[in-house]
Amino acid sequence: MPIRTEPVTVNIGPQHPSTHGVLRLRVTFDGEVIVDVEPIFGYLHRGSEKLAEERNYVQVLTLTDRLDYVASMTNNQAYCLAVEKLMGVEVPLRGQYLRVLAAELQRVASHLVAVGFLLQDLGALATPLMYCFRFREKILDLFEMLCGARITVSYMRPGGVFADAPPDFWPALDVLLAEASELVAELEQLLMQNEIVLIRTKNVGVLPLETAIAHSVSGPVLKASGLAWDWRKMDPYDVYDRVRFDVPVGDRGDNYDRLRVRIEEVKQSLGIVSQCVEQIEPGPARAELPFVLRPPAGAEAYGRVEAPKGELGFYLVSDGSIAPYRCKIRSPSLINLTVLRELLIGWKLADMIVTLGSIDINMGEVDR
Amino acid sequence: MGPFLRDNVVFREVYCWLGGSESNAGLCGGADGLLPAGFEWAAYFAAGFAIILILVNGALLGAAAFVWAERRLLARFQSRRGPNRWGPWGVLQPIADLLKLLIKEDIIPHAADRVAFTLVPIIMLMALLLSLAVLPFAKSAYLVNLNIGVLYIVAVSSITTIAIFMAGWSSANKYAMFGAMRGVAMLISYEIPLVLSLVGVVLIAGSMSLVSVVEAQTIPFIIVQPLGALIFMLGISAELNRTPFDILEAESEIIAGYHTEYSGIKFALIQAAEMAGVLAASGFLATLFLGGWSGPFLSGQLGALWFLAKLGFFVFLFIWIRATFPRLRIDQIMAFAWKFLLPLALINIAVTAVQVYFFGFYQAEVPGEITRGELLIMAAINIPLALVSIAAFGRVTREKIRVPAPRFEGLAPIPRTAEVD
Repeated sequence: MPIRTEPVTVNIGPQHPSTHGVLRLRVTFDGEVIVDVEPIFGYLHRGSEKLAEERNYVQVLTLTDRLDYVASMTNNQAYCLAVEKLMGVEVPLRGQYLRVLAAELQRVASHLVAVGFLLQDLGALATPLMYCFRFREKILDLFEMLCGARITVSYMRPGGVFADAPPDFWPALDVLLAEASELVAELEQLLMQNEIVLIRTKNVGVLPLETAIAHSVSGPVLKASGLAWDWRKMDPYDVYDRVRFDVPVGDRGDNYDRLRVRIEEVKQSLGIVSQCVEQIEPGPARAELPFVLRPPAGAEAYGRVEAPKGELGFYLVSDGSIAPYRCKIRSPSLINLTVLRELLIGWKLADMIVTLGSIDINMGEVDR
Repeated sequence: MGPFLRDNVVFREVYCWLGGSESNAGLCGGADGLLPAGFEWAAYFAAGFAIILILVNGALLGAAAFVWAERRLLARFQSRRGPNRWGPWGVLQPIADLLKLLIKEDIIPHAADRVAFTLVPIIMLMALLLSLAVLPFAKSAYLVNLNIGVLYIVAVSSITTIAIFMAGWSSANKYAMFGAMRGVAMLISYEIPLVLSLVGVVLIAGSMSLVSVVEAQTIPFIIVQPLGALIFMLGISAELNRTPFDILEAESEIIAGYHTEYSGIKFALIQAAEMAGVLAASGFLATLFLGGWSGPFLSGQLGALWFLAKLGFFVFLFIWIRATFPRLRIDQIMAFAWKFLLPLALINIAVTAVQVYFFGFYQAEVPGEITRGELLIMAAINIPLALVSIAAFGRVTREKIRVPAPRFEGLAPIPRTAEVD
């Protein structure tokens, strides 16, 4: 006589050690195997887009810090690009270099968080996480030198950056870059050759390129599926057309590829930072702008960057007043999250956590 | 007087100090004890109680020390400092932890089966303390020298499986149920290689008594039985739910697994049983494979220092593994037990049996006696054999438990809903 089994529905989250914030997943299991997943979010909704309509153009910047709070620099950058397009402002070259430098350091920091938490999700008891955070901490120290803040930086401003880097920033950056290659090599050796990491991630959570494109996924998740889709190359903003770098791609689109693409991107970003250090020249770091910005009425602009998690865009509409009429945020985490269901059905509970970690979402950005 | 306790040095000292008299001159040498004649039964109870006091408190204090050592060592592995506030190097931290857990509310969920839920910590701690009964800490420092000691520890430690399932079932929590189901599947699978890995040791020692096993180790059995030691080490770390086999309480997946709903003192007892379980496992590893209390320079009861040093070595090994390994998935863990450990254990048994027959009976003058030189010859055969068979089976197992690459058929749509029948 066959034994009757029943599917079990489990609410994973919003309070769970590894849902990366307040994501709730309503998962139906058949034993350990996932038969259905429904991501439910909104637990961190703060209404950033509506709040932006009540603030002037510089004040909105502080809201962007709080979207993806492990990558504030790139949020600032995307918003500033949108405002500059709206105003038709040209940023001084030194300001552009400082922006690229800060954004690439932020990308390193964000990817280290992603890799560390992915290993945490794999069950490695915080050791890889602490290794990653040890290096991220040094990057945050540099941010503190730049602007006095570590997480919610608000470093970039429409027209450039808040202030030029202090003189002691450059030696500190050199020290960091000297240490970095060693750290990345160590990380690569410890993670990429670990047998358990390999069997847990290879061919697990495979995202075919067609599905990825159909869901308009972007960032490392799309690159891991095999498409070199990077706004830094295709629509170079700031000085990305003056630096050389490669866009790493994966060949299978599994969790291992997503992990590997991130580590490769860390290497490329460190290369971009050293090129910026070589190329940067003295000059003003910020364009002269009025204290309160008033873009022309009816102007519309879309500013986008390749954020660590994918394409981050701000769509601004002006009505001629000091506040945006509308501010729409295209957040990569939310759109990458929509592909989760396709990735998970048929896999086991343990794979679900790892796959979710490999997509690298940030709930501050998903819920806005 | 029971026949068991006579050997125990603590028992003898306390018993003779209190109740020595002419009637037990054989044990105590005829000296008079504190109690008047006719009260030997009271001395007997007092001496038994002293042993229990030492064993139980030793286990719990050992668990506390282990908690401290693990937290400090993990912190070092993770380039942190670890607890360092209370006492020198934070040694009093476990006491603070325990006090915190004691004053916390002891919650029993409404839907829980109260009886089973409450019994779980008791059963877990009981199974652990029972297993300590046969552990020889030094010469004449064991509670009982059972002639089936090896079988006894395997039997007693498997009680934990029942406790884990009780915890998962009675909690009425889905995460706890996941942990319990995983636990039952995994623990029962790992019992088999665990038991089989000990057969080689028993064959060579010619006895199941742990004291005889120690005395038979003219050279440590880890050299003679490298495969057995490895399988026992892996099997016992699965039994202890430690990484990479910690799927029962996989924190990143199922919160705390089978003890998700436990709080307060019940949680503390479960944790104590787990921590002391690591100590007991290290003790068994030291006894069975590293020669227990025997070692150069120190003899008699001082051999306990050797025992503690060897135990500490294995404890460090367990902590090191925990700090550095990611977790395996349930199907990989099961495949590892059945496709890797089990064949290796069978190879080990077959080879050891032939060797023991050849050296101990076919060739020996005294049947069953294996000399030190013969043990070294066995080691010379077994170590290369272990390396070769681990490499061969490792390669096969790696292929077996690897996830196959998916095959996409053009642009086949991925089903948007899944049916369950």
